[in-house]
Amino acid sequence: MSDTKKMKVTYEVAPGDFERAGEASSGIKRLLQRIGIPAEVIRRIAIGTYEAEMNVIIHAGGGIVTAEISPDSTVIIVSDKGPGIADIELAKQEGWSTAPDYVRQMGFGAGMGLPNMIKCSDKLDIVSVVNQGTQITMLFYHVDKESK
Amino acid sequence: MINLNQVCSKLDAKILLGEDQLDREVISACGADLMSDVLTFTKRKTLLLTGLTNIQVVRTAELSDLCAIVFVRGKLPGKDIIEAAKANDIPLLVTCYTLFEACGRLYEMGIKGCPHKVFADE
Ligand SMILES: Nc1ncnc2c1ncn2[C@@H]1O[C@H](COP(=O)(O)OP(=O)(O)OP(=O)(O)O)[C@@H](O)[C@H]1O
Ligand SMILES: [Mg+2]
Repeated sequence: MSDTKKMKVTYEVAPGDFERAGEASSGIKRLLQRIGIPAEVIRRIAIGTYEAEMNVIIHAGGGIVTAEISPDSTVIIVSDKGPGIADIELAKQEGWSTAPDYVRQMGFGAGMGLPNMIKCSDKLDIVSVVNQGTQITMLFYHVDKESK
Repeated sequence: MINLNQVCSKLDAKILLGEDQLDREVISACGADLMSDVLTFTKRKTLLLTGLTNIQVVRTAELSDLCAIVFVRGKLPGKDIIEAAKANDIPLLVTCYTLFEACGRLYEMGIKGCPHKVFADE
């Protein structure tokens, strides 16, 4: 695959801006729709990105969402300079959450985000350093898993 | 086949948006106030019934390719929510039934839950 076929978009995610939360994921979804990726694949990318985008807004005071789109795969990188995750294995467990009550009232904070990112993506990497920040990298192959 | 129009009658619902989309097929539904669960467990084209009326509900429906949103307990969303749904082509209904009652009425019609069951260690 040639590099010229790769596309890269970057979104800044503002801290605490719940009105705009999801704009990056929405923009990436629209872009993928224009390229003609299967709907099931776009859905997994959109949901995985949204979970990571929400985390950056809720837990990390904002960050950056980048999508690198190739003909056969998309890589989503979500990074922040927030508090970091002390115990990544614990954070990956379903139900583990440090989200405050106001987040729960909005319908989030069930501790389902990281497990869902793992479920949606084909590969997920977390690099996190306490007091420095977190970077999540998700790889998605453009293969419709449902119709297989 | 059950469509949105039939859902609307069964719930005595008011259409806030998507009058021209009432022929959309409703295959399955999910009743939830927890968007974390909706994002994790639903499949494409699922109908969402919820008591929340914030912008995240519309975002969740948009990003998960849901069929439409039914607001329960007669709760009306704000103008900005309706605008966001319009931009994303998501029909909005509002019913005075409670979440349990509304879900029960739809189940009675033959609409099944999405998902049916969730196993903790899956
Ligand atoms: N970017 C981040 N920076 C710091 N901590 C994070 C970050 N992302 C996740 N965490 C920590 O990991 C926990 C689990 O994250 P996860 O996304 O699974 O659940 P949640 O965000 O709490 O709830 P949900 O995703 O269901 O809304 C969070 O509660 C938080 O403590
Ligand atoms: Mg989360």
